[in-house]
Amino acid sequence: MDQQQDVIKDIKKTEYAIEIDHLKKSFDGGKDFVLKGIDLKIPKGSITMVIGFSGTGKSVLMKHILGLMKPTAGEVRVLGKSLSKMTKSELHKFRINLGVMFQYSALFDSFTALGNASFPLLEHRREMSLEEAEKIAGEKLIQSGLDSKHFHKLPSEMSGGMRKRVGLARALALDPQILLYDEPTTGLDPILTEMVDNLIYDTHHSRKGSTSVVISHDLHAAFRIGDHVVMLHEGKVLKQGKPEDFLNSDDPLINKFVSTGVRREE
Amino acid sequence: MASTSAIESIDSFFSAFIKKKLIGPIEAAGKFFIFAQKAIASIFAKPFRGSEIIQHLEFVGNQSIGIILLTGAFTGLALSFQIWIGFSLLGASDLVGPTVALAITREIGPVLTGLVIAARAGGAMAAQLGTMRVSEQIDALEVMGVEPIQYLVGPRVLAAVLATPLLCALFDFIAMAASYMLSVHFLGLDEGVYWERIQLWVDPSYVYEGLIKTAIFGLFFGLFCTFRGFTASGGARGVGEATNRGVVVSMVMVIVLDYFVSNFIRFYYLIT
Ligand SMILES: Nc1ncnc2c1ncn2[C@@H]1O[C@H](COP(=O)(O)OP(=O)(O)OP(=O)(O)O)[C@@H](O)[C@H]1O
Ligand SMILES: [Mg+2]
Repeated sequence: MDQQQDVIKDIKKTEYAIEIDHLKKSFDGGKDFVLKGIDLKIPKGSITMVIGFSGTGKSVLMKHILGLMKPTAGEVRVLGKSLSKMTKSELHKFRINLGVMFQYSALFDSFTALGNASFPLLEHRREMSLEEAEKIAGEKLIQSGLDSKHFHKLPSEMSGGMRKRVGLARALALDPQILLYDEPTTGLDPILTEMVDNLIYDTHHSRKGSTSVVISHDLHAAFRIGDHVVMLHEGKVLKQGKPEDFLNSDDPLINKFVSTGVRREE
Repeated sequence: MASTSAIESIDSFFSAFIKKKLIGPIEAAGKFFIFAQKAIASIFAKPFRGSEIIQHLEFVGNQSIGIILLTGAFTGLALSFQIWIGFSLLGASDLVGPTVALAITREIGPVLTGLVIAARAGGAMAAQLGTMRVSEQIDALEVMGVEPIQYLVGPRVLAAVLATPLLCALFDFIAMAASYMLSVHFLGLDEGVYWERIQLWVDPSYVYEGLIKTAIFGLFFGLFCTFRGFTASGGARGVGEATNRGVVVSMVMVIVLDYFVSNFIRFYYLIT
């Protein structure tokens, strides 16, 4: 409870949901850096698109925001709180402020759609009965666009689009202030891509004051739904700003990304 | 210049060699011990995972009963028959009962139970956790503020420690029952002598010794297989590798641990 109040106090203090200072990350003890000093501020209440070629460290950046990885140097502050100053159990509690939709949904494969969506509630609201949790989870599933006839299906019995919806419902279960999406549309067909983009957009705008961060290869989506775009390149922020700024840029790399807008394989 | 670079290359060769052959395994062992310590501590940490524990007890225990009955019965039969052939040549067929009983309770029961359950349940544990790791389910747990070791590993390890000795007791019982059936009803040994000799030669502490050993086997394969799964990487191939390594090492360690734990228990009885 205190934690919650602290967070609310801090939120008033800062207009940024996520602040990253000089973040560096090396996996081999400092020989080679994946992130080479990232400075980034993600405004509250916006949809921020993080784009960049494959392998530039977008997922690594996201894992730092979630506190799943420790920075080699630099600092990450989420909702005004420095992650590196938290103990492990504080971090675990703090994470109820974050919801994540993983690239491949990462649904628990032994649970049904309803089981997946109610899992965070049953873990964090231990006083809640199973019926209550499932009622709320059901609402989130409907909100994410899953028909109630699919509630009792296992992930292995769902289509890719259904899994995304369940993944979103699970991320929404605890009403987090920040929602992160790791490549929500990579590998989907154009129709499904548009559906997921709309889902992100609608979800964001139906939850007042929430912040969404979308990691993507898809520049069209960035233009369609993004308020703020950050482009990473080789572990650095190449450019950040409004979507229009990217169209009018004369940086050759940005132009290349804009003109292809697709994944470049190494 | 040339000589320094030669020295440098020899130097780098040796440092690479040492790194690979010496530091690598030590580092891996260190990681395993840290994991094991966390896993054991997590069993006693809050929240208590009652339903998880019961679910894994059901998997490790109940679902292994069939395979234990089968292996136990045939082990009892085969052992009795072989020993009867040998002993009856010497006119010592009275001793078939106690010899089989000693072998089963002290060595064969615990070791075979350990091997069978390590392969069956340990393999499943490594594969499940490996799949959860590579499909980001473990990251998802952590992001939801759930301690994955406490949720996934603790209940599995506890289930392995509790269920393996119970299965060993079942193995002992069914093997002896099979031995009795064969010896008395088919090989024509005297029923009274069969049981009397067993009572004379076999101490209940031998059975307990087997149960302690299997609890230790359960602890080892539970920890090691979950460790392998938990640290798997590299897609489906990584899961296969984790399962393979988990099962092979666990099975070898059942046999190695059996020797050391037996000696340790004997030593314990000696000094007390
Ligand atoms: N756990 C890890 N250990 C070592 N290296 C890693 C680890 N995670 C990521 N890397 C490396 O960091 C680099 C960036 O990886 P990352 O997954 O962040 O790329 P990405 O921008 O998300 O690419 P994609 O768009 O293909 O998902 C890669 O070169 C990768 O090999
Ligand atoms: Mg990625």
